Amino acid sequence: MRTRFQQQMEELREKLLRMGGMAELAVDRACQAYTERDLHRCQLVLENESLINAAEREIDEMAFDILATQQPAAVDLRFILAVTKINADLERVGDQAVNIAERVMDMIELPAVVLPVDIGRMATAVSAMVRRSLESFVEGKAELAQAVLEMDHVVDRMRDEAFIALVRSMNEHPQSTQQALDALLVARKLERVADHATNISEDVIFWVLGADVRHHAQAASATPTPRTESTGT
Amino acid sequence: MGVGITVEQLNAFYGKTQALFDVNITVQANHATALIGPSGCGKSTFIRCLNRMHETIPEARVEGAVRIGDFNVYNGTSATQLRRRVGMVFQKPNPFPTMSIYENVAAGLKLNGFRNRKKLDEVVEKSLRSSALFDEVKDSLHKKSGASLSGGQQQRLCIARALAVQPEVLLMDEPCSALDPISTGKIEELIFRLKEQYTIVIVTHNMQQAARVAEFTGFFLLGKMIEFDKTEKVFTNPSDKRTEDYVTGRFG
Repeated sequence: MRTRFQQQMEELREKLLRMGGMAELAVDRACQAYTERDLHRCQLVLENESLINAAEREIDEMAFDILATQQPAAVDLRFILAVTKINADLERVGDQAVNIAERVMDMIELPAVVLPVDIGRMATAVSAMVRRSLESFVEGKAELAQAVLEMDHVVDRMRDEAFIALVRSMNEHPQSTQQALDALLVARKLERVADHATNISEDVIFWVLGADVRHHAQAASATPTPRTESTGT
Repeated sequence: MGVGITVEQLNAFYGKTQALFDVNITVQANHATALIGPSGCGKSTFIRCLNRMHETIPEARVEGAVRIGDFNVYNGTSATQLRRRVGMVFQKPNPFPTMSIYENVAAGLKLNGFRNRKKLDEVVEKSLRSSALFDEVKDSLHKKSGASLSGGQQQRLCIARALAVQPEVLLMDEPCSALDPISTGKIEELIFRLKEQYTIVIVTHNMQQAARVAEFTGFFLLGKMIEFDKTEKVFTNPSDKRTEDYVTGRFG
């Protein structure tokens, strides 16, 4: 048993989870800021971005060191590759939270209007995707990750519906075009966050099963190869 | 050119102790195949069965079939005939200490009655070039003994000696375990080039080495071939949990 190596892997996992927590919190804060028109939460999201960026560098450095010094193989190699990719996705989730917060800061300066879009519902779905993708990583469960992939279609549909409703609103109520445009951009950013959660889930499936399910590869291919117990082949 | 190797239901014994159990494997011609596994797992016994060295140990015996190309190893052919077709390189370089570099390489041919001096010169040079040693020793072929070379050079000399009899298969039993990283790198480069002409089976404890040089890898455990697959599969997503535990260092 390579004790030192296993300790490093566990440390890497914990660092990524901490970063995941920060990214998840950033999205939640940005969404709450939207629904409650809360400038303070927007500022918190902006302030914490640097922490997420620092965590990204730290995780990459550690993964790089482990690759260089421990030459991991098989499930450990897949884990480290998955961690580096999830790391990049989480950093982008943080960026999207900042983008949402900036839109909200823009909206707060404009008069409040009622828009034909339920951003709160979309935010709930997207937050759930981020949370579950991280849970699938914590527990190393491909089936949890698979469930997140299926949720992505729901969020895509929400985004499409939001676009149609908001474009119609812009035509019918040109005086609130700016607010509708901000809401449309928030919906777009949320959909991007959902895409990152999808990527994270795909990386978890790759780590756990060794199956590449990116770009709509058949979910069936995520079925693990039966482990042979043969003695003669 | 190299030839393929087919092993069927191979069992090997040291007296009453069974060292290999029902091993089946097909080694592709002109490829490098690595055998990995913890100490005592049977991988060295296995390659020693390929050139009938196993049976040279008192009370050791083999059951099953081994075919090297169209040559049936355990059915009516002599070990000498076989070893002309199957060269072997060992863990510790073992040049003939009293012979010059030239004589070391020419030894196998001379033993087979080869006496044409001009032809011998050609084969020695070709073999030393194939083992990437010629440029380092060309000015002292007759002056220096094989034992005066560095460890890495001695191992390449042993490879040249094996190649001189023009085998089809080259067996390597941990050929780099006594060498420094530079010499190891040279041997690995050599393996990469040699498989164009020979079929190579290499036993190694260095898993990165297996991953670097071999297209196929077999994992042995307790005398059984647990998994045999493309190298990239074995090192990225092995099918058997025991293989995964071994390549990730969880045991062994």
